Amino acid sequence: MYQEQEIDVAVIGGGHAGCEAALAVARMGLSCVLFAVNLDSIAMMPCNPSIGGTSKGHLVREVDALGGEMGRNIDKTFIQSRMLNTGKGPAVHSLRAQADKFRYKETMKHTLEEQEGLLIRQSEVVDIDIQDGSVKGVITAAGAYYPCKAAVICTGTYLNSTCFHGEWKAQSGPNGMQSARGGLSEALVGKGLPLRRFKTGTPARVDGKTLDFSKMGEQKGDERIIPFSFETDAEEIERPQRSCYLTYTNKRTHEIIRKNLHRSPLFGGAIVGIGPRYCPSIEDKVVRFADKERHQLFLEPEGENTNEYYVQGMSSSLPEDVQRDMLRTIAGMENVRIMRTGYAIEYDCIDPLELKHTLEIKKFHGLFSAGQFNGSSGYEEAAAQGLIAGINAALEIKGEEPLILDRSQGYIGVLIDDLVIKGTNEPYRMMTSRAEYRLLLRQDNADLRLTELGHRVGLISEERYTRFLAKKEAIEQEKERLKQVHVSVGANDLLTSLGSTPLSSGTTMEELLKRPEVSYESLASVDPERPLLSRDITEQVEIQIRYAGYIEKQNAQVEKFKKLENKKIPEDIDYEAVGNLRTEAVQKLSRVRPASVGQASRISGVSPADISVLIIYLEQRRRHAAERKV
Amino acid sequence: MDISTTTIAALATAPGTGGIGIIRVSGPEACQIGDKVFRSPSGKRLENGRSHTIHYGHIVYPNGDVLDQVLVMLMKAPHTYTGEDTVEIQCHGGPFVERKILELVVSAGAEPADRGEFSKQAFLNGKMDLSQAEAVMDLISSTSEMSRKASIEQLSGRLARLIEKESSRLLDMTTLIEANIDYPEYDIEEVTREKLLSETEDLLEALSKLYRTSDSGIRIQEGLRTAIIGSPNVGKSSLMNRILGQDRAIVTQIAGTTRDTLEESVDFEGIPLRLIDTAGIHDTEDMVEKIGVERALEAARKADLVLWMIDGIDPKPLSEDMKEALEEKQYIILINKEDLVEEPERPSFLSDQEEIIWISAKTGSGVEKLKEKIQEMFFGGRIAIDSQPMITNVRQKDALRRAIEALVSARKGIEEGYPEDILMIDYTNAYDALGEISGHSLKEDVIDEIFKRFCLGK
Repeated sequence: MYQEQEIDVAVIGGGHAGCEAALAVARMGLSCVLFAVNLDSIAMMPCNPSIGGTSKGHLVREVDALGGEMGRNIDKTFIQSRMLNTGKGPAVHSLRAQADKFRYKETMKHTLEEQEGLLIRQSEVVDIDIQDGSVKGVITAAGAYYPCKAAVICTGTYLNSTCFHGEWKAQSGPNGMQSARGGLSEALVGKGLPLRRFKTGTPARVDGKTLDFSKMGEQKGDERIIPFSFETDAEEIERPQRSCYLTYTNKRTHEIIRKNLHRSPLFGGAIVGIGPRYCPSIEDKVVRFADKERHQLFLEPEGENTNEYYVQGMSSSLPEDVQRDMLRTIAGMENVRIMRTGYAIEYDCIDPLELKHTLEIKKFHGLFSAGQFNGSSGYEEAAAQGLIAGINAALEIKGEEPLILDRSQGYIGVLIDDLVIKGTNEPYRMMTSRAEYRLLLRQDNADLRLTELGHRVGLISEERYTRFLAKKEAIEQEKERLKQVHVSVGANDLLTSLGSTPLSSGTTMEELLKRPEVSYESLASVDPERPLLSRDITEQVEIQIRYAGYIEKQNAQVEKFKKLENKKIPEDIDYEAVGNLRTEAVQKLSRVRPASVGQASRISGVSPADISVLIIYLEQRRRHAAERKV
Repeated sequence: MDISTTTIAALATAPGTGGIGIIRVSGPEACQIGDKVFRSPSGKRLENGRSHTIHYGHIVYPNGDVLDQVLVMLMKAPHTYTGEDTVEIQCHGGPFVERKILELVVSAGAEPADRGEFSKQAFLNGKMDLSQAEAVMDLISSTSEMSRKASIEQLSGRLARLIEKESSRLLDMTTLIEANIDYPEYDIEEVTREKLLSETEDLLEALSKLYRTSDSGIRIQEGLRTAIIGSPNVGKSSLMNRILGQDRAIVTQIAGTTRDTLEESVDFEGIPLRLIDTAGIHDTEDMVEKIGVERALEAARKADLVLWMIDGIDPKPLSEDMKEALEEKQYIILINKEDLVEEPERPSFLSDQEEIIWISAKTGSGVEKLKEKIQEMFFGGRIAIDSQPMITNVRQKDALRRAIEALVSARKGIEEGYPEDILMIDYTNAYDALGEISGHSLKEDVIDEIFKRFCLGK
C-alpha cells in the first residue's frame, strides 16, 4: 500500500449519483476524488437513452434548482424533447428528453474534468478505512491509500454484479464493463453493514438499418422545446430532433417467449435478486398478463452518430437466439439484427433503513451513499441522491447544518424519506403517486421551491441567485397587479369567443383567470397596461391564480404535516425505556431511529397510540432535563 | 413542547345515565366550535365571554332547529383541566341527545377523542406533574386497545361492510387516473370527464344514502348491552317480551342481522337497555343451531350485563365456554317458572354466595325485583355502558361526512373543468376518510393496484 494525497471527500463510482456528488463537493470548495472502475463509464446510460419522464422529470428539475448538473447536461445533449401529460394539470406535466447517450457521458465527463478541486481516477476502491466509527480513508485495488474525511458510495449496479441471459452468465458490470468485485462488498459486511441483492434488466440494442420504420408509428419531439435547466435559454436550444417509433408485440412473439421460459434465468431460478415490478421483463409481462394480446414497444435512438436503437418494453434475459427470434416477429423488425443482447443484472446494495435523511450511513460517521446502492433505480433517482449525499458530506466537513428536504419541499424529499423511513423490497422508482403534495411540487416551480436552499449551501452562483430573486419578485408583482385590474362587461365579446360565460357585471383580471378556458395570453387585448413578461413568469402567475383553491388545500395539509415534523426526537433515545410502546413499535423505532415524531408516524407498525405515548415521553424527558438544570 | 393544535371532544359522563350528560370540548378552537352549535337567548358569543362563567341557551342544528336546552360552562386557558380553552355542554341525558350534540361539535371541527386524550393535553400543557406521566401513558395505551377492539368489531359491522364496496370502487377509479398520470404513453383505458362525473355521482349517492340511514344503524348499538342467556325454552324470549311489554317504550326494533339473536332497546326506568335475546345454549350437532350457540357466546362476551336464566323445573349448569365467558362479567341469576314450581329449591350447582332472583316471565312476578337489582348495580357503578361504541360511531359518521364533502368538491371540480390530477386531491381525501372506517390508505393501495391491474414499464 502507498500513501496518496489527502483529500476531503472520496466518491466511489462515477455514475449519475457519483457525478452529482463529486461536483457538489468540489463546487462547495472542498477537494474531491472520484473513482470509477473505467473512466469510460462516467455518466454512462446503460439502460434507456432518455432522461426525465413522469416524476423523474421533476427530480431533474429539482436537481437543477439546487445547483446540480443533470439538467444542464441533458439540455446540451438531447436529440428529442417532449413535455408529457400536457392534457392534464400542471402538477403532472413531465419533461422527458431522449439523450445522445454518447455525448451525454462525454459532456458530463468533461464537466467533471474542468471542475476545479476534482480529481478523476480510474481505480476500484476495495476498502474503506474506518477508525472509531469514522471514515479515515479509502484503499484502491492497486494499493493506494487516500486519506479522506468522508466517502460517498455510489457503486450503482457494479458491486459484485453478475449478468445473465439464457444459460449465459458473466461476472460483469453493466454494458460489458468490469464488475467491482475486488473486496468492497466483503469489507462492508465485515464492518457490520449487511448487504442484499437486487436485480434489474435491460433490452437488446438493435441495428437501425435493419428496422422498417414505415411499419411503425412515428413519435416526434415537441415543437416548442422547454429546457430542463432553469439556466438554459429556451431560445438557444432549438435543434433538429430525432423521432422514436412505436410498434407492438403479437401472439407469435408471446408464443416464442412461452416456449422458452424454461431457458430464462429468471424463471429457471438462477437469479435470486429482487427485481422491480414497474420494470418487468417481457417474459414477466407475458406470464403475468396472459390475456393481453400485445405489448407496446418504443424504438429509441441511442444517439446522433450511431445506428443503435433501444427496444423499450422488451427488457429480457432470455437466451440470445430467443431474443433474436422474438424480435423478428414484430412489425417492422422482421429482419432485425441485434447489436447488444438484452440481459439481467444482479448487484449488491444496502437496506436503506441503514441511512439517515442526510444519506449518511447511521453506523459510520462520514460514510454516505447514493443511488442504486441505496436500493433505488433510475438515473434521476440516483442523481438526486448523489447531489444530496455530496452536499451533506461537504456540509458535515464544514461543520454546517445538513440539507434535508422534507416531503413538502420536493420529490427528492419524498424519495429519500420513503427510502430511509419505509425502506423498500424492490428497486425503488419515483412515481408521482408517491408525492402527497403533488400540486405544490410541480416541475415548473422547482426553482421557487429550492433555489434558495441551493444558494445557501453554495451551489447557486450570486449571478443566478439575483436572476432568481428578480423572477420571484416579478411573479408577485404581476399577481398583485392582476388583483387590481378591473375588467368590464366590454370584455364579453372576447369571453364569448373563448367559449366562456359573459360577465353580468365587472370583475377583476384575477377572477377571470380562474376560469379554465381563459389563459393569461388570451386576455391581452382587455389588459392594455400589462408589462412585458417572460413566459416562465406568466406561467407561474397563471398556475398560481387558477389553482389557488386547491393549492390552499394542500398548503393546509402541509401545515398539519409540519407540526409533527418539527417535533424532534433526540438521537440518543432508548425506545426500550419508553414504557407502554408496543413491542412491534419498539423494534421498528429502534431500527429506523426517526429524527422527528412526524417521521416516526410514517413507519409501518407504529400506531397513533404509540405516537401519543412517544409525545408524552418526550415531554416527560424534556421536563426532567429542565428540572435538573434548575 | 408546543401546545396541541387540535381541538378534541368527548362525552365526559357515562352515556345515557339519565339526568345530565356533559360533552367536553377542549383545545384552541373550543370557543369557536361552541359558538357554531350554541345559541344564547341574548345572542352573546362564547368567544367574547368571560372565563369560568355559565351560559344558558340551546344547541342548534346548522339549519337553526333546536336540539336541546343546555347550560354551557365556559373555561378559558390556562386555568382549566387541560390547560386549554374548554367548553362543557351540560345537556339532558340520554344517548340520543348526547350523541347528536357530539356529532354537531365534531362536524363543527372538533376531533372525537378517547378518554386518555384530555389527560394528554393536560400533561403536555403542564397541568399534571411528572409523576402522572406514566399514568397518562397507561391510559392511552389501554384506551387505544379498547378502541382497537371496538373498531375491529365495527369492521365486521354493517357500515364498514357497505363502505368497503364504495371504497373499492373509488380505488378502481383513482387507480385508473394515477396509472394514466404515471404512464401517459401506455394504452390504458382513458378516464373521460363523463365517466368521472358519473362515477362520482354514483359514489355520492351511495354514500349519502349510507349517511342518512346511519342513524338507525347506530342508535341500536347504544345502551346497556344486556344479554339474556340460558338453556333452550328456559323462557328468555318471554322475559324479553315481559320487560318490553311492561314498559311499552320500545325505541327501535330491528331483527338482528343474525337469524338467531334478537336485539331491542327499551328505556328501563331511566336506564337505556339494549336487550339481546340469544339462542338456547346446549350441545348440538345441527350446523344452524351451532352458529346460534356461537353467537350467544359472542353476545355474552360483548355484553355490559348478562341475565342468566335457569329453568326452575329442570335446572341445568352452564357449558364450560359460557362459564368462561361470564368470568369477568357482571351477571344476574334468574330462576324462571316460579309460578310452576311448588317448592322453590336452589339449584345444587350454584354456590351459596350467589344471589338469585326467582321470577316468572309468564306472570311477571319478580320482574320488579330484577328492575331494582339492575338499578342498584347501574347507579352503584357496578355496571356501565361502554362509551366506546358511541365514540366509534361518531368518528365513523364524521369520516363518512368528510368523504362526502370531498366528493362534492370533486364534482364541483369536474364541472369547473379541473384536470383529473387536481381532482385526485379530493379523491384522496375521500378515500382516506373512508379508510378511517375500513383501515385503508390510498397511497399504499394505489401503487399496488396500478401494477396489479396494468402491464407497465420499460
